[in-house]
Amino acid sequence: MNNVFAALPEVDAEATRRLHARLVASAAGAGLLDVAYRTIDSPVGQLLLAATADGVVRVAFDCEGHDAVLAALADRVSPRILNAPSRLDKVAHELDEYFAGRRSTFDVALDFRLAAGFRRSVLEELRHIGYGKTASYAEVALKTGRPKAVRAVGTACALNPLPLVVPCHRVVRSDGAAGNYRGGAQAKLALLALEAQR
Amino acid sequence: MSLPPFEQVVDEHGPRVLRVCRAILGYHEAEDVWSETFLAALQAYPQLDPHANIEAWLVTIAKRKAIDRYRSAARNPVPAAELPDDGESPPEGYDELWSAMKSLPAQQREAVAYHHLAGLPYAEIAEILGNSEAAARRASSDGMKKLRAIYQGVSR
Repeated sequence: MNNVFAALPEVDAEATRRLHARLVASAAGAGLLDVAYRTIDSPVGQLLLAATADGVVRVAFDCEGHDAVLAALADRVSPRILNAPSRLDKVAHELDEYFAGRRSTFDVALDFRLAAGFRRSVLEELRHIGYGKTASYAEVALKTGRPKAVRAVGTACALNPLPLVVPCHRVVRSDGAAGNYRGGAQAKLALLALEAQR
Repeated sequence: MSLPPFEQVVDEHGPRVLRVCRAILGYHEAEDVWSETFLAALQAYPQLDPHANIEAWLVTIAKRKAIDRYRSAARNPVPAAELPDDGESPPEGYDELWSAMKSLPAQQREAVAYHHLAGLPYAEIAEILGNSEAAARRASSDGMKKLRAIYQGVSR
């Protein structure tokens, strides 16, 4: 009996898009866009990119479940999260160049708030492993000044909130095997192969 | 229990809140009020009780934003000729609906939209309208009766 409302479509896709864009712009202007995100396609599957006002805070693989990653960001950073691609334009562009073999370092601000303490110092160390190079978990442990913390280095790499831009894929096992990866062992092998080409 | 990302709130509730705004405010006014509503909601969102009825919360903010606009328009009237035209024209049948909705007393118009478009229970509607559950139910049912009478009059 609600056909009196037939002139009001349940979903007006055009208006929805227009209003979403307007909300993103006014939220950014008012300093209320705590976390902006977008997705991009890549040779290792769809990637979720998220940034705070301080910098890129999370890069996530498809296999992590993007909804779960966004829910965790809402919980740990802020629930003021919107799909707002423009803040991620630079890192998205640099990742495209990286996957095309035209970029070896990333030049974007990073927000390390999702990694504290020892995990944070491991990530700092990883940034010194150059493109096309690898280091073993034991070598990274040594460099952080805790040679016995090999397992903790493994954990820090496994929980790296910023894979690809912080190159945990360059950390391999001492026996030469690639080892595990947040994006799956296949993705790690693909990245190592990509970097070996240059 | 924690709050979902605000994007999910916009996605799940945005279209319905827009319908409510269009039904009680008119087509062009609706988009401005929707925008002000969701910006205010985004600001307040981290403090929201995760168990709150989000639809009711949004409708309450929209009502407050509409009142603010009405008051400010009353203080600073803008000549009709100077109103910006954003080029969006309402779908067929909207003008008839809007003129029918406008003919209802405010409480009936709101009760009808909150119940039949937002899907809110009468207890929540009573909170928003500041009356009782029974009064909210009556306002909605009287409003619907009038709307149907108007529509039948038009179609004959």
